[in-house]
Amino acid sequence: MSLAETYPQEVQRILAKYPPEHKRSAVMPLLYLAQRRDGYITKAAMQEIAEFLEMDGTEVASIVGFYTLYHDKQEGKYRMQVCNDLPCALRGADTFLEGLCENLGIRLGETTPDGLVTLEAVMCIGACDRAPVFQIQSPERITYYENMTIERTLELIEALKKAQGETT
Amino acid sequence: MAHILLRHRDIPDIHQLDVYRQHGGFEAWQKAVISMTPEQVTEVVKASGLRGRGGAAFPTGVKWAFMDNRNWPHYVVANADESEPGTFKDREIMEKNPFQFLEGVAIASYAVQAHTAYIYLRGEYWHIAEWLDQKIAEMEAAGLLGDRLFGSDYSLRIYTHLGAGAYICGEETALLESLEGKRGQPRIRPPFPPSFGLYGKPTVVNNVETLTNVPPILTYGAEWYRSLGTADSAGVKVFSLSGRVKKPGNYELPFGKTFRDLIYGGGGGILDDRPIKAIMPAGASSSLIVADEKALDTPLDYASVRALGSDLGSGSVIVIDDTVSIEWVIRKTVHFFKHESCGKCTPCREGNYWMLRILDRLERRPKKEDVQLLYNVARQMQGKCLCALGEFAIMAVMTGIERFPQDFVDSSQT
Amino acid sequence: MTDVTLTIDGKQVTVPAGITIVDAAKRAGIDIPVFCYHPKLEPAGMCRMCLVEIGRPIIDRTTGQPVLDEQDQPKIQFMPKLETACTNLVSEGMVVKTQHTSEKARQGQGEIVEFLLTSHPLDCPICDKGGECPLQDLTMRYGPAESRFLYDEKQRLAKHVPLGELIWLDRERCIQCGRCIRFQEDIAGEPVIGFDKRGRTTQIITFTEPGFDSIFSGNTTDICPVGALTTADFRFGARPWELTPVTSICSQCAVGCNIVFSTRREARAGGRIVIKRVMPRQNEQVNEIWICDKGRFAHHYLETDRLTKPLWRRDGDLQPTSWQEALDLTAKRLSEAGSDLVILASGRLSNEDLLNLKLLADMAGGQALLYTHMGGGEATTLFGVSRGFDLGHLGAGDVIVVAASDLYEEAPIWWLRVKAAAQRGADLIVANPRQTKLDRYARWVVRYAYGDEAQLVEKLKADSGVSQALAGASRLVIFFGSEGVGQEQSSTLAFSLAQLLQENGHVAKPGSGLIGVWPRPNDQGAWEIGFRAMDDLAEQMRGKGLYIVGADPVGDDPALAEVVRAARFVVVQEIRFTETARLADVVLPAQTYAEREGTFTSGERRVQRFYAALPPMGETYPDFVITAHLAQGMGYVLEGSSSEGVFNHLARTVSAFKGLTYAQLAEAAEQWPITGRAHYYFSGTVHPNREGLGVALSNAAERGEPLALPSVEAGPAQRPQEGEWLAVPVTRAYDRGSTVWPSRLLTQRIGQAAVYVSSATAEALGVAAGESVQLSWNGHQVEVVVRIDETIPRGVLLTPRSCGVPLFEPTFLSVEVANTVRG
Ligand SMILES: Cc1cc2nc3c(=O)[nH]c(=O)nc-3n(C[C@H](O)[C@H](O)[C@H](O)COP(=O)(O)O)c2cc1C
Ligand code: SF4
Ligand code: FES
Repeated sequence: MSLAETYPQEVQRILAKYPPEHKRSAVMPLLYLAQRRDGYITKAAMQEIAEFLEMDGTEVASIVGFYTLYHDKQEGKYRMQVCNDLPCALRGADTFLEGLCENLGIRLGETTPDGLVTLEAVMCIGACDRAPVFQIQSPERITYYENMTIERTLELIEALKKAQGETT
Repeated sequence: MAHILLRHRDIPDIHQLDVYRQHGGFEAWQKAVISMTPEQVTEVVKASGLRGRGGAAFPTGVKWAFMDNRNWPHYVVANADESEPGTFKDREIMEKNPFQFLEGVAIASYAVQAHTAYIYLRGEYWHIAEWLDQKIAEMEAAGLLGDRLFGSDYSLRIYTHLGAGAYICGEETALLESLEGKRGQPRIRPPFPPSFGLYGKPTVVNNVETLTNVPPILTYGAEWYRSLGTADSAGVKVFSLSGRVKKPGNYELPFGKTFRDLIYGGGGGILDDRPIKAIMPAGASSSLIVADEKALDTPLDYASVRALGSDLGSGSVIVIDDTVSIEWVIRKTVHFFKHESCGKCTPCREGNYWMLRILDRLERRPKKEDVQLLYNVARQMQGKCLCALGEFAIMAVMTGIERFPQDFVDSSQT
Repeated sequence: MTDVTLTIDGKQVTVPAGITIVDAAKRAGIDIPVFCYHPKLEPAGMCRMCLVEIGRPIIDRTTGQPVLDEQDQPKIQFMPKLETACTNLVSEGMVVKTQHTSEKARQGQGEIVEFLLTSHPLDCPICDKGGECPLQDLTMRYGPAESRFLYDEKQRLAKHVPLGELIWLDRERCIQCGRCIRFQEDIAGEPVIGFDKRGRTTQIITFTEPGFDSIFSGNTTDICPVGALTTADFRFGARPWELTPVTSICSQCAVGCNIVFSTRREARAGGRIVIKRVMPRQNEQVNEIWICDKGRFAHHYLETDRLTKPLWRRDGDLQPTSWQEALDLTAKRLSEAGSDLVILASGRLSNEDLLNLKLLADMAGGQALLYTHMGGGEATTLFGVSRGFDLGHLGAGDVIVVAASDLYEEAPIWWLRVKAAAQRGADLIVANPRQTKLDRYARWVVRYAYGDEAQLVEKLKADSGVSQALAGASRLVIFFGSEGVGQEQSSTLAFSLAQLLQENGHVAKPGSGLIGVWPRPNDQGAWEIGFRAMDDLAEQMRGKGLYIVGADPVGDDPALAEVVRAARFVVVQEIRFTETARLADVVLPAQTYAEREGTFTSGERRVQRFYAALPPMGETYPDFVITAHLAQGMGYVLEGSSSEGVFNHLARTVSAFKGLTYAQLAEAAEQWPITGRAHYYFSGTVHPNREGLGVALSNAAERGEPLALPSVEAGPAQRPQEGEWLAVPVTRAYDRGSTVWPSRLLTQRIGQAAVYVSSATAEALGVAAGESVQLSWNGHQVEVVVRIDETIPRGVLLTPRSCGVPLFEPTFLSVEVANTVRG
């Protein structure tokens, strides 16, 4: 189903933000919607958005490639993005990240075998006073987790697993 | 002293519309629309000495006065991209004191006669965008935004727009490109946004904190605002304090307090009471300050910090103690800038890549010549980039090598 | 605009205000090196190669006057940083120090080169750009003797990435200057390539099917300042310094783009000289520095499957013979035909060839007919654009009408230039029965039904906006093409459009006039020389003695095939063994235009010279020479010794050509931008034009000749009967014609033979996309695949010419669903 059919209100709300002659401005919010619908941004979705906004598919792809919060590949349902930038690293973020890798048995950039969580390192997310921090990017949204410990993180993953089990 | 920007620390429920209004909220907004001309509003802001809090410290009222009145419509864009490592002040303002910020956006819009304002938030601030959307809806419902406000001819709408993970979109022209639905790459300047901005129309781009200063300035007057801070730097500033301190967090201080006040006062001193080694006053983009007694006693204002061979920038103070190697610090900052370089101009794209390669090599087999090469590459980037990102990237590298040579010599002996 | 005076490297120069410092320096003979800047593109300031020192006079705020020093000279303030000369505009009193006079600028530029080389491979010895690459040249100049960047730390990237089947990308060589992307976006209006990722990982991508789907794609390989983009045709084909550039004119459509054939003697071709590539040659009035991909890639027919010996029919078979025997027999038979001689020739031939043919027909009392599906030449010879016409000068205040033409397909470079004129402010009116790529740039789009072309002008006049624009135009230029029309309809349309020019007072106005979007390079020349087209061609040829030159009626049209089969005598003069040649009594092998010299008259009536690039193949001769020999055998005298000789005759006898000289056609003048590969500025590989810009013909009004047009009665448009469908022919750039098809590179873009309909029509026909239908008309049948195109009006079948359905005129036909299903 097209985005306009799947999310009629959102699409309307997004388009209403920008002058009609500059509807191209809607490309970023529409890409988020596509990511919500498909889990990641498919080639077909880029083409769909391109036609919808009278752009070329290449232009949309070029935007997807530029911004790090858009993903054009299917990976874990949840992307656990740990900040290990300078301020967080000064407060132990690198150690935290290593500990997580060990506990999850995966390396940075990899996904847990059940396909639930992809572990990534990100640049500063504006929570430097609450390290260790990470955000979880799911198709629907981004959520911050601050002042974390390995134990609490593993609990969180367990909870996500459970929730996953319930919905499927 | 009561907070001027972080007012929620004194009035916890100020994010509720009625609470905000009970404490004088939106009176400035109403006063501006009903009883002031746009020029008068701009004059007050000019007279207050308010300077941009996004980093460049450009006088805000002067910027507003630059708007090209031969070209319409006008736009206001609030820069809520906040991506400088070590910066988290705009976030607290928007999360905890949203109406004061929105009121600032509204007043700025009136001052330049914009009927549409956008708030460009970094993509990670997803929850804040939802939150602000809700607050904007409340304002609309209360007749504080919308058509023909307070019985005047003036109409205004405010919209949020989420970025998607790109530090460069904090740079105002890259931000505008991004808002236009393009790759966030900086434009050539001039022309500057007040003559050629969003959709090619005159546009004011201001930082969240800058705008949040505007309602109290209008309420209490330029004189009052000037009475806070120093001659060079009027008013108050929110400092994001991070790194090796006991109590990291945001601290609102009038300009002119010292690094010592911030780090040892609010910040509670260094973790494990270690000796302080270096200060980065403007996030990853800082020139490193050797944290000696003189530095600690330096007032936090634009001119004094500059005299120390650094810049106050966005006031994101990262504290480094003696357990940390400066070489490691710049590996972190260079890694950041290499990751965030947009790729548009040669020196930034290639220089950051090259610097990181040299730093990797230094980590594997330390060599003095490579330190020299690193310094040369940084110098070679200097003054040649299309926007300031490339210039930011070399600050820590050059001052790190210049001011902390022992950290590099050390590593080449291990 | 006013002029400003500034000083560059101590030299005072006065230039128009509003230009960039690089351009000002270039005009003063100083090359500031650039990579991302290109004079045809908006400055981007990305590569930072053009760093210079810029000083500006200090202005006293109170007086607004420059502050003076002790010597009463304005005080100049230099910026602490170097600045980009490509993004800074000149201003009065500015002082610029380039790498020639500033050590700082020199060092800064050298440092940028070093940065570029950190990622760029040093594979010049095998790079196609080697020898014409500014990065290579600059490296030689500044090159640090040894790289400070460790070789083993260089990025390894893919070196052979097909962006499509025409253009290849070497990711390592790309310096991210963005010229290619900006060309596609700003000039071609087709943003089908873009940057992916960011920072050091930035790379070029395309998303279209087929890849890099733009008919202008090849131009990016010219302006790419390094060897990152190459054509599939040329890559690894030769070293630039081994190539001989030969001046020519593209023969694929009526635009007359100035080109260069790069030739080389090649072992693989048995030591023959061959064409290695086709490149644009600058002519700012015609094609600027661009050509389309058809012109660039469809040159292979010149050297493929050529006729090399005269043939004659013996015992029912065509057999080789000697020129003497072939000419003797032909001359005898053509003489016998007397006034029954019909010479059928096409606009593929040069002015010289056509003049000799016309003269022969006149002397023998026969007819000279133009083989074309498009009429209206009577109108363009009288009302054609006058001297001084330049698409590049059209802008605000001017009006351009494009009627019955899919300009993108019919004449791509005109499309490009009309689009640019519209973007500069000219009012564009597009009148076409279906949407075309030009609509987006039009101020007014006027739709009419296929078949109603005769009513089109009335329709234009009925629109008050359009008619006001027409009446108020400073210059009015009208293009008409062959979208959905045959010869008769296009003539009618041309005459009515000519009247429109007349009514709005644009007949002799400089820069205004009518332009036929002819299918061939020299149709306009044929009309000027006096060839006429007949819409009852079959009748005209029936039972006659036929001398067919550069035309293949048998291959094109089954109805004409019958007539040729039944002719008294058929002599075919051709470059390849066509279907018509197959039926001939005598076949005379001609040279292609690439093997000889001559002139073409373009659609905008510019006469331009081309030169011999290849040695003649086998026993071939230029057409005008063969005709002269035949004439001799028939007892007439025609000039046959040189192209120049025939041209001189033309200039004496045909009014539009009066007074021209062959030498004049070869005159060149300095053009802007200044091209040429010895420069650091501009770079790219486009050829400068030193061999002639051509000369525009005067039109009849300028010469004061009477302007009477034949009056035509356009009857009411015919409508299909019950059970009939209207098939309309249109032109596609990539067709199966004999000048395109032999270039195998283009096969994928040509696609299979098909008929195009809207989904509503498909439903009414009872077919789905991909299924086949049988089309029948006048006893002919053909089976083709159905493709869906929603821009086509309901009830209409679109049949691209020379693409498998042999229709050149709108035709009523019946359609049956075939049983075969193809992909
Ligand atoms: C690389 C770069 C990143 C920037 N990031 C931010 C940012 O995240 N937030 C911000 O307000 N300004 C940022 N700026 C500064 C803006 O370009 C601009 O100066 C500012 O938004 C103007 O607002 P102000 O005058 O209120 O400070 C950045 C500048 C550069 C060069
Ligand atoms: S391919 Fe060539 S023209 Fe395109 S960005 Fe790379 S270097 Fe520039
Ligand atoms: S920055 Fe001037 S030519 Fe590229």
